[in-house]
Amino acid sequence: MARSIKKGPYVADYLEKKVLAMNEGKTKKGVIKTWSRRSTITPDFVGNTFAVHNGNKFIPVYVTEFMVGHKLGEFAPTRNFKGHSSKKIA
Amino acid sequence: MARIAGVDLPKNKRGEIGLTYIFGIGRSTAQYILDKAGISLDKKVNQWNDEELNAIRNIITNEFKVEGQLRSEVQMSIKRLLDIACYRGLRHRKGLPLRGQRTRTNSRTRKGKRKTVAGKKKATKK
Repeated sequence: MARSIKKGPYVADYLEKKVLAMNEGKTKKGVIKTWSRRSTITPDFVGNTFAVHNGNKFIPVYVTEFMVGHKLGEFAPTRNFKGHSSKKIA
Repeated sequence: MARIAGVDLPKNKRGEIGLTYIFGIGRSTAQYILDKAGISLDKKVNQWNDEELNAIRNIITNEFKVEGQLRSEVQMSIKRLLDIACYRGLRHRKGLPLRGQRTRTNSRTRKGKRKTVAGKKKATKK
């Protein structure tokens, strides 16, 4: 079921604060490291780079305007499947 | 022969069904269109007169996206997912289901026909 509109999109508080501070130039530009994969990307996020945790390491995600409305976690895959090993050598 | 939105409609079917031959129009949309045009759902396609046909055409062009336009819109949405490299985009790229279905078995619609892997033995009993 989709989230109630009344509540608005979910963004982790600390993350929102950091993004707004960065947009206003209070803190110097850089990568925001985050574990909050469940946060929705709001229009404020556009143009910032996030390092999103995938359970192992941080994946750099540069946010463009097309990504608004998706969650951060969608851009940092948690599984890394490179295909099955080809033929074993006898 | 009734032609709407570049599609020939089957002439011996009821209007409600005939309209569903257009890509983007299903049963409920077809019912809505005929309701609005004031045509009985049971009237066959070849019994529509020119006036009724025009009414249907008008409703479709004004209110619905059908055929080529709709197809391209779907393609565009998929392309957007591919371009932003989100999870759903990656699944599209790999030709796997997008919505968390299992892939250990089934999902043949997305994966296509079975490809047998050579040299893969079944677990043998001791």
